[in-house]
Amino acid sequence: MNEKLNLMKEFTKGIVSENPIFVMLLGMCPALAVTATLETSLGMGLLVIFVLTLSNVLISSVRKFIPENVTIPAFIVVIATFVTIVRMLTQAYAPALFDALGIYIPLIVVNCIILGRATAFASKNKVLPSLIDGLGMAIGFTLAISLIGILREIFGTGAIAYGVYLPLGIQGSILNIDSPLFNIAILTGPAGGFLILAVLLAFFNSRKIKKAEKLKAERKRLAKEKRAAKAKEVTA
Amino acid sequence: MSATVFVTAILSSMLINNIILTRFLGVCPFLGVSNRIEKAMGMSVAVIFVMVIASAVTYLLYYYVLAPLEISYISTIAFILIIASLVQLVEMVIKKVSKKLYKGLGIYLPLITTNCAILGVVELNINAGFNAEYGMWNGFFVAVTTAFGAGLGFALILFAFSSIRERLEHAPVPESWKGIPVSLVVAAIMALAFIGLGGIA
Repeated sequence: MNEKLNLMKEFTKGIVSENPIFVMLLGMCPALAVTATLETSLGMGLLVIFVLTLSNVLISSVRKFIPENVTIPAFIVVIATFVTIVRMLTQAYAPALFDALGIYIPLIVVNCIILGRATAFASKNKVLPSLIDGLGMAIGFTLAISLIGILREIFGTGAIAYGVYLPLGIQGSILNIDSPLFNIAILTGPAGGFLILAVLLAFFNSRKIKKAEKLKAERKRLAKEKRAAKAKEVTA
Repeated sequence: MSATVFVTAILSSMLINNIILTRFLGVCPFLGVSNRIEKAMGMSVAVIFVMVIASAVTYLLYYYVLAPLEISYISTIAFILIIASLVQLVEMVIKKVSKKLYKGLGIYLPLITTNCAILGVVELNINAGFNAEYGMWNGFFVAVTTAFGAGLGFALILFAFSSIRERLEHAPVPESWKGIPVSLVVAAIMALAFIGLGGIA
């Protein structure tokens, strides 16, 4: 029971408390580069889920055989191998996504999240926790870049297209808003990536600050009550 | 083969296709080491250095080894290994040649292996097909020049950005926007300015 709880924690920490994009600020390059639309973000997220989970599993299962002074090169080779596999699979089954992501597919190799999880977690833990950790982190990454992608696509084009990059079999778009507020062309360009990420980070920061203030106020109130109680005791 | 090809290669990779602002490569060091000008400059010099050498080596490796043997599908693995070992080698050479330079660049070199700007520029150079366009050796020089221009573009942006960030520290920024968010807004404005440069091409 306790073990199950721990695994659950490993899984959710990647999504919320240690979210790679919004909390740890890792993997910024793909978060900015491929998030012009929801579909490219989701596509990138799926590739990262595949690579991160498998590389975590493989690295943690061979962690005792890797000599200590070549750990980083060994990890990089493992990650690069999985990236090569997803690159070929994408080219074969989702050519539109392959063209849209372009050089950012091979660049998954140098995505700091993957090497980071390999050194910080997979090289020290058993296979099952590593699998859960990798999956959680990758899903957290996917959700984060999808959020950026949704905002950029809605405010940039006023609609969310589907079936363009992912091989869904159907094509179209939902939520067609015809308003100048939802037609900000710069948001689909490079500047939009920086801007949307800045707004999101500031939003999460402000929530964190509010939470901390609340906690502080709560603690102050408790301390005051305690002091009052003590004073009462003394007078009594 | 005229000099204009090289000038165009430098200008376009430095300004029009700036690796940070239009391609989002090397954003991690861009945000990480840009809080002080000296740090930013140290990183930029190290990046230019490794980027030029890595482009030269990978170009030759790709067209003399991987392409003839038809194993270009392992290019990603080969390139990242080349970059990793190159960084080690450069670190050793610098340590031996100049203690002073090593003190300045030493801490940035290990970070460069996982800097996506290097692998990104290498991949872009191979994808651009300079080999077919200019011939084997002319293509080699164009690739190296492009890498140098990309490195210069990285240095230029990092310098401008770190200068702005040093001043930003004293600006009255709202609490929740302090640090990375306001830096990203600055980057967004700079990226807007660089869209204008695209018109020159």
